[in-house]
Amino acid sequence: MTTTVAHVHEETDAPYALSHLDALESEAVHIFREVAGEFEKPVILFSGGKDSIVMLHLALKAFAPAPVPFALLHVDTGHNFPEVLEYRDRTVARHGLRLHVASVQDYIDAGKLRERPDGTRNPLQTVPLTEAIQQLKFDAVFGGGRRDEEKARAKERVFSLRDEFSQWDPRRQRPELWQLYNGRHAPGEHVRVFPLSNWTELDVWQYIAREGIELPEIYFAHEREVFKRNGMWLTAGEWGGPKEGETPETRLIRYRTVGDMSCTGAVDSDAVTLDAVIAEIAVSRLTERGATRADDKMSEAAMEDRKREGYF
Amino acid sequence: MTSTTDQVANLADLAATTLLRFATAGSVDDGKSTLVGRLLHDSKSVLTDQMEAVEAVSAQRGQEAPDLALLTDGLRAEREQGITIDVAYRYFATARRRFILADTPGHVQYTRNMVTGASTADLAVVLVDARNGVIEQTRRHAAVAALLRVPHVVLAVNKMDLVGYQESVFAAIAEEFTAYASDLGVPEITAIPISALAGDNVVEPSANMDWYGGPTVLEHLETVPVSHDLTACPARFPVQYVIRPQSAEHPDYRGYAGQIASGVLRVGEPVTVLPSGRTSVIEGIDALGEPVDIAWAPQSVTVRLKDDIDISRGDLIAPSATAPATTQDVVATVCHVADQPLAVGARVLIKHTTRTVKAIVKEIPSRLTLDDLSQHPEPGQLVANDIGLVVVRTAEPLALDAYADSRRTGSFLLIDPADGTTLAAGMAGESFASQAKPAEDAVRPDEDGWDF
Repeated sequence: MTTTVAHVHEETDAPYALSHLDALESEAVHIFREVAGEFEKPVILFSGGKDSIVMLHLALKAFAPAPVPFALLHVDTGHNFPEVLEYRDRTVARHGLRLHVASVQDYIDAGKLRERPDGTRNPLQTVPLTEAIQQLKFDAVFGGGRRDEEKARAKERVFSLRDEFSQWDPRRQRPELWQLYNGRHAPGEHVRVFPLSNWTELDVWQYIAREGIELPEIYFAHEREVFKRNGMWLTAGEWGGPKEGETPETRLIRYRTVGDMSCTGAVDSDAVTLDAVIAEIAVSRLTERGATRADDKMSEAAMEDRKREGYF
Repeated sequence: MTSTTDQVANLADLAATTLLRFATAGSVDDGKSTLVGRLLHDSKSVLTDQMEAVEAVSAQRGQEAPDLALLTDGLRAEREQGITIDVAYRYFATARRRFILADTPGHVQYTRNMVTGASTADLAVVLVDARNGVIEQTRRHAAVAALLRVPHVVLAVNKMDLVGYQESVFAAIAEEFTAYASDLGVPEITAIPISALAGDNVVEPSANMDWYGGPTVLEHLETVPVSHDLTACPARFPVQYVIRPQSAEHPDYRGYAGQIASGVLRVGEPVTVLPSGRTSVIEGIDALGEPVDIAWAPQSVTVRLKDDIDISRGDLIAPSATAPATTQDVVATVCHVADQPLAVGARVLIKHTTRTVKAIVKEIPSRLTLDDLSQHPEPGQLVANDIGLVVVRTAEPLALDAYADSRRTGSFLLIDPADGTTLAAGMAGESFASQAKPAEDAVRPDEDGWDF
């Protein structure tokens, strides 16, 4: 027995259908243009990771043939992968962009931040980030966060209002209705904007493949000296590893995310092409963050707690 | 070798799949979390580390089985209290389609949460408990789906295992709901008997209900046509941003960037710019850097016109033949979403497409009680979760369509100019309140009586 009542039922009008990637692209471009139209001084957070690379690519398309009307902001933990910094600088030069760098190392050297006992610098990014936003008077800050990444992120709005301390209060979020984004804010407050909210990791990779976007080499399989800490392969290096009892070895690996070397784990992989990477992710039984981020494992609500403090 | 080729072919198919946005609605104990958990779990969208985290927390709390609600309750306070505070968005995919699920709590602040989830949804799943049938909350969900003009509604009759999988129980509920929702103007209703707990008809067809010949919930989600009525409507192009490179390469380029809200735009088409009323012809359309002859909703494009006329953010470009009228007197149904009330005389901002203008609330002719669909005339103000008819006078003309004709150009926000709070979600056009009936006369409206 079927109980379908169809008062209105149009056949799918094939020429006017949009693929899911086209729909996501169109939505993200709309978000970039809304911000350009409504804010005084937006900035794109750019880490040289795949999500921020896709963000920049979308921004380039959104305003073509004019240049992107935003600067970039990189929070440099001091423990970044050299390949990623090289990619960042090359990209900035190629597109004639302006880059601001907020440096965790500078804060540590000035005694304003203290190194954590575990050597992880990801949580230390929050202070340089929020101070850069205040000092440079950015009123909209684009982040590459996706709601599929983590359960606290699933609650995030596309336009996320932050107070003068950059804090996120999930109970005080504005309802977000239709595609009508409300960017009103008081002086000193700003809005975090997430154009990739509705994208998944696989969408990002498929889009990179479709658009032929270049990525830093660490996303593809390569041999690297790594050692195991808390069940993850970390890159050996001057940042603080391996310690006594941790043995370095050379393995064929790649990265699913790009972040601070102290907490970004590598995965064993022989995927050297985009197609191979996509095939690998399509069958992976681990989430991106579950596989590679130590800082999210600190507690059940680690991401929520960091977001409340001003993390993006 | 063959398998690699197949895999690549499948991946190409995957990139070409369509996107369905849907929302779930259900009361607290209807099993909504279980349904969502079951959909995610049985469509293999829950990855090992997520499931391990759920198992670990469940075990730590002394629960015997993993609590699937933990997959969806993301905030500290939600887990502590075992409730869902706010709309969350979930993502999953099958070989046929990608899904964005707005998981809306059925609790306390039901109306604004469901309005938020339903505003972008192509489909809403309304859950009922087979033992209780259609209750007040079910009617409320149906009314919100109708009000927001969600094109497809699925009635999931849950807990069929607790009524012996009886066809008669399902048929009675399906009939009652379908009659009710059709009267409200819900265009398409599909009823499916399920057990979210046992997994009947959610992803896998049920062996316990041979009498049911329809699709499973997932099958229906995979095959329901994604709303293309946007392209059948007259074209509407709200200007977001003017692109003027002023570079050596593009000294004279002047493009109007925006997302096509409805309809189809073609090169060579005569257009009118509102609210100024100036006319021109589309000289070119750039689809994110690539020139095209034709573009349609919801593509983001850049439009160039033959004549150099004054156009800025907030203007609307429409084909001259089907351009909308402009107005400064907006009659609309609003859902109040803020904690501070909205009173007659309030000075507000109205954000419609890309245009934000000052406005004043002139009248609140009626407030609707969703519980029994009764009308309360002249309530004076609206408070959180109220739905009412308002008359708003705007400082500048707006090119506003009826919400019934376009969810995109018929919707707006009311914003508090003092602190930026989003006060209300507005849907333009004459509505139920135009034939307002007194509260005591709370009979079901006739078929033509509901025109949201």
